[in-house]
Amino acid sequence: MKLFGYKPPLTAWVGLAIITIFVLIAIFADFIAPYGEAESVGQTWDDPSFANWLGTDNIGRDLLSRLIYGARMTIGVALVTTILSFFIGITTGFMAAVGGPVIDQILSRLVDVMLSIPLLIFALIILSVFGSSISTLVLTLAILDSTRVFRLARAVATNLAVMEYVEAARLRGEGLWWIMRREILPNALPPMISEFGLRFCFNFLFVASLSFLGLGIQPPFADWGGMVRDNGKAISFGLSAPLWPAIAIATMTVGVNLVVDWILSINSRPSGASAEM
Amino acid sequence: MLKTIVIRVALGLLTLWAVSILIFGATEILPGDVASAVLGQGATPETLAVFRHELGLDRPSYVRYLEWFFNALHGDLGIAMTNKRVIVETIAPRLSNTLFLAGYAALIAVPTSVVLGIVAAINEGKFVDRFVNIISLMTISVPEFFIAYVLILYLAVQFEVFPSLSTVFPEMEFSEKIYMAALPAFTLTMLVMAHMLRMTRTSVLSIMSQPYIEMAFLKGLTRSQVIVRHALPNAAAPIISVIALNLAYLIVGVVVIEVVFVYPGIGQFMVDGVAKRDLPVVQACGLIFAGAFVGLNTVADVLAIMVNPRLRHPR
Repeated sequence: MKLFGYKPPLTAWVGLAIITIFVLIAIFADFIAPYGEAESVGQTWDDPSFANWLGTDNIGRDLLSRLIYGARMTIGVALVTTILSFFIGITTGFMAAVGGPVIDQILSRLVDVMLSIPLLIFALIILSVFGSSISTLVLTLAILDSTRVFRLARAVATNLAVMEYVEAARLRGEGLWWIMRREILPNALPPMISEFGLRFCFNFLFVASLSFLGLGIQPPFADWGGMVRDNGKAISFGLSAPLWPAIAIATMTVGVNLVVDWILSINSRPSGASAEM
Repeated sequence: MLKTIVIRVALGLLTLWAVSILIFGATEILPGDVASAVLGQGATPETLAVFRHELGLDRPSYVRYLEWFFNALHGDLGIAMTNKRVIVETIAPRLSNTLFLAGYAALIAVPTSVVLGIVAAINEGKFVDRFVNIISLMTISVPEFFIAYVLILYLAVQFEVFPSLSTVFPEMEFSEKIYMAALPAFTLTMLVMAHMLRMTRTSVLSIMSQPYIEMAFLKGLTRSQVIVRHALPNAAAPIISVIALNLAYLIVGVVVIEVVFVYPGIGQFMVDGVAKRDLPVVQACGLIFAGAFVGLNTVADVLAIMVNPRLRHPR
């Protein structure tokens, strides 16, 4: 079976299946989940039963339902963050490559300094100032993550900016924005796609880690990192409650990584479909 | 060579300075200011004014930055907003705890990953290589707290080998500290080992395609002899810088791990500070973390320059 003209290996199919299932769960959470997101249905950490397949959490909510709603929140926040991060990173990266040495120097040095602070530490500092609502969380992570996208976008675009067709567009008198959008972007896409998967994984784990620290997505919303935190104490009674959301996080990352590996292997193939990188 | 190193170190210090501006500036980008953000909507103008004065916010920001920066250089990190205690006094014992944990993890992680990386390179494509590869891929793609909880479930709860909470005190015996901090150290080890291992394997293997290695094979040496005698010395440079880089990641990984195991280190202190929105504490911890990160990165570059002759003469 072929996909976009390529034949994915078995591992990529597994990855695609995982992603599809998780995304479907996230979209149709309202129909799948047996109970409500914040609905209390039992005692603290009830054992798995026919009514609650995975048991209940620290305040008696159905763990399976929380897990299903958590998919929506965790994947959603990571996805929006990554899209925003790519928008910022690609725009600034292309500007640095096409817009002349002054813009390039300013942007590149700023990014260098931002990269020399560990991402988690930087995020903690900013979240301590702004507090943690979902919109500040997404915006903060997107801006911090865009520094990584900026580097790749700038590197790819610098190679493209010296091509004849870009020169021709310049001589035609096209504007900076037009050149970036119509000449650079289509040719820079192949390496950016696999990077998108990698950055998504990173942001996904990062949101989960922040929520686990209690500084990410706030209750009553269910999210996987926060669920691990809420149920963390159960582990000392030998209960598996915190492991389910952690397994969900791990499965999702492995799934995306499997697909990214496949895309990377297509790009590295000398087929002419890849940009010069 | 000395000149190159001096330039690199100076660049590191410059970065550190820029980082301090960024850390300070990050708290200044609020539309209002820190006082109104912390006190919230219900604050009256009077309380705001008093609080601003208390924080020194009624002075221009560059004055406050210079004061903060020079105090930090003299080892004075200010006073915590929530409990009015001198931050340095709280941080110092926690910092030594964190360094103990990081050093503990590094002592296990570095030798293990280099040896495993070489073993994987010797047995390239064989079962050992594939097994090591899969395990390291798995540890990269799962969140750090997942590894931590699995270790707790098996080593602390089911078999009760190690304690699940790592509370260490300054009065504790060294051996007791080692025992208490075992699980967080193992978790950190697994976090950083994968990268180091894979880089060791890759750099040994990339040397293996060189002509002089072929020569060594033609002389009749065995594969392990060639790798240990001929490939490894030349693969040392990338391995060393990867180790230093991963120690920098270790510093960051410490934050989450300390929270999982309730380990009294600086990472937990910072997370508490963020939760209470205690800005001086967050700035101080942020500066220390960023300083360690920049420092280790500089060390990585300097070591790379020293080991690799081709980097000694900047073009």
